Amino acid sequence: MSGDHACAEGSLAAGLGFFAGYPITPSTEIAEHLAIRLSQVGGTFAQMEDELGSMAAIVGASVAGARSMTATSGPGFSLMMENVGLAVMMEVPCVVVNVQRGSPSTGLPTAVGQADVMQARWGSHGDYAIVAYSPASPQEFFDLTLRAFDTADTYRVPVFLMADEVVGHMTERVVIPPASRITRVQRKRLPRLKGNGRFLSFHTNGKDLVPALAHAGEGYRAHFTSLTHDERGYPTNSPDVHDRLVRRLVNKIKLNAGRIVEAEEYRLKDAEVVVVAYGCMSRSARRAVDMAREKGIRAGLLRPVTLWPFPESRLRELDKGKKKKAFVVAELNLGQMAREVERCIGRPPATLTHAGGKVLEPEAVLEVLAEAGR
Amino acid sequence: MSKETVVARHPLDELFRADRFPHILCPGCGIGAAMHCLAQAMTESGIPLDRHVCVSGIGCSSRVPGYLNVDSYHTTHGRSIPFATGLALVRPDLEVTVFAGDGDLFAIGGNHFIHAARRNVDLNVICINNFNYGMTGGQAGPTTPFGAKATTAPFGNWERPFNLPYLASAVGAVFVARWTTLHVRQLKEAVRSVMKKKGFAFIEVLSPCPTGFGRPNGIGDGLEEMELYRERCVVDHKASLPDMDIDLRDKKRPIVLGNFLNLDRPHYQPGKIPQETSHG
Repeated sequence: MSGDHACAEGSLAAGLGFFAGYPITPSTEIAEHLAIRLSQVGGTFAQMEDELGSMAAIVGASVAGARSMTATSGPGFSLMMENVGLAVMMEVPCVVVNVQRGSPSTGLPTAVGQADVMQARWGSHGDYAIVAYSPASPQEFFDLTLRAFDTADTYRVPVFLMADEVVGHMTERVVIPPASRITRVQRKRLPRLKGNGRFLSFHTNGKDLVPALAHAGEGYRAHFTSLTHDERGYPTNSPDVHDRLVRRLVNKIKLNAGRIVEAEEYRLKDAEVVVVAYGCMSRSARRAVDMAREKGIRAGLLRPVTLWPFPESRLRELDKGKKKKAFVVAELNLGQMAREVERCIGRPPATLTHAGGKVLEPEAVLEVLAEAGR
Repeated sequence: MSKETVVARHPLDELFRADRFPHILCPGCGIGAAMHCLAQAMTESGIPLDRHVCVSGIGCSSRVPGYLNVDSYHTTHGRSIPFATGLALVRPDLEVTVFAGDGDLFAIGGNHFIHAARRNVDLNVICINNFNYGMTGGQAGPTTPFGAKATTAPFGNWERPFNLPYLASAVGAVFVARWTTLHVRQLKEAVRSVMKKKGFAFIEVLSPCPTGFGRPNGIGDGLEEMELYRERCVVDHKASLPDMDIDLRDKKRPIVLGNFLNLDRPHYQPGKIPQETSHG
């Protein structure tokens, strides 16, 4: 099964109720697959006029109670940033897939890239925090899509699947677990109202920082606004309320990073050279680590599965100890996550970068890691 | 001498969020009257208030859902229609009304409007047309008459405006009407009737914006603009849609109002296979 199809099946396994999208290479197969499959399971597939509309539609569908998703690539991702901000501000769970291609602008529509990873973190205006996963295989694309919905519902936040053209289009064996073995997180919901009682739709207990969600049509008569709002959901100009709201939006992810962050570690135990790579480039990097080991270089791989939040405490841990390790970042952009690694370890890592269009071969990674370990 | 009477309850108390008042609207603004018509139509629709949803974009008109005591969504500028589309598709049992301004729906949101109408999404779209961007202080927009003054058209607007009923009918709306905030009975009736109707319904509401449009264009305050509506409006349900351009400053030109279009067409239900129609 291709990565794109695995993503579509993962969303169905998660109970997808609504998909809205606009055709764009290399993510179109997700929409095409769901155009067939979603109506078979009682969900709704809508092709929109653009990605502005797609993103707005999945936010509207989600407040109506459906698990919702859209899929796109760089140019569409840029348009979606507007209503990513809306989902952040209204705290509406949703899943956005970006099968990255060469960029900027229209770039390389049919070829791989990884240059939208910082856009995933900072692309919409303002201070906020989201969660972004980076799948490295069709199986993982399935698994992480399934998980993305749970994360979105748990934290009431948009969750990104930052795949790339290679992972989206490669075909590998994918095991889909039987439905009976799939568990889903339930959204925290406001209790059913009796009569016309009042409630605080954006109230939190100060601990988990995530308010319970009021769906449309259930009698809450809740107000949701993209403006800064108080606990009632009402707009306000108060700088104090604004600061409290924005801090909570950031903190509900930041303070839960320990629960959210995932990273795969490969041959890291005694590693003196740590390669950091994600998505398609992690496949090359893994092979490079094996080749290095054959040459007697103690190399290992740290593969962030969540790009955001970034596994920064693990990186800092790896850098501890008497002997300073060498770090190498290999990625299909001009050093976006390398800067993040530098932020964590306090010095620039060695880098292997390329603007995209092809996956760099293991030999190229090996060369840089051998040089870094010298 | 008049005596102040405190009324314990108003018939529309249930419909408004009293804790949100006073509202932000300027003296003489027509949006409050249109909001009242919407609230009355909701009450008289026979649909329980818990099943009504109101969605808006950004602007003065888009503040209305925040005052209505129903499930309400004040979204991003221009995106009320796609947001409402997602909501309405997931919960087709809900009565979804979009209430927004002319700049929101027809400039930044124009593409969504034409496609939702083409698809015939089951939405009621109420557009306050006050011929300018009010919230930001009176800039020219897609409905500002040719030659009219605005803060971004200080020498007169050199763009041609949209004729909204003509546009809506051309792109597929199944119900098209135009009223003003003076014609509250007709407006309320039109809104009430589209709540019973499946498909994409469009109602344009001409509304005074003395702050942003009336004063700079010699129309005067809200009351004077209402007087202008009273003098110049002509109700003609069978009017020719291409000839419905509006220019409040042109004293010779009537303002045509009415319920112009009411068609039955299958509304948008993705997943439902369209029935073959015979072309015999």
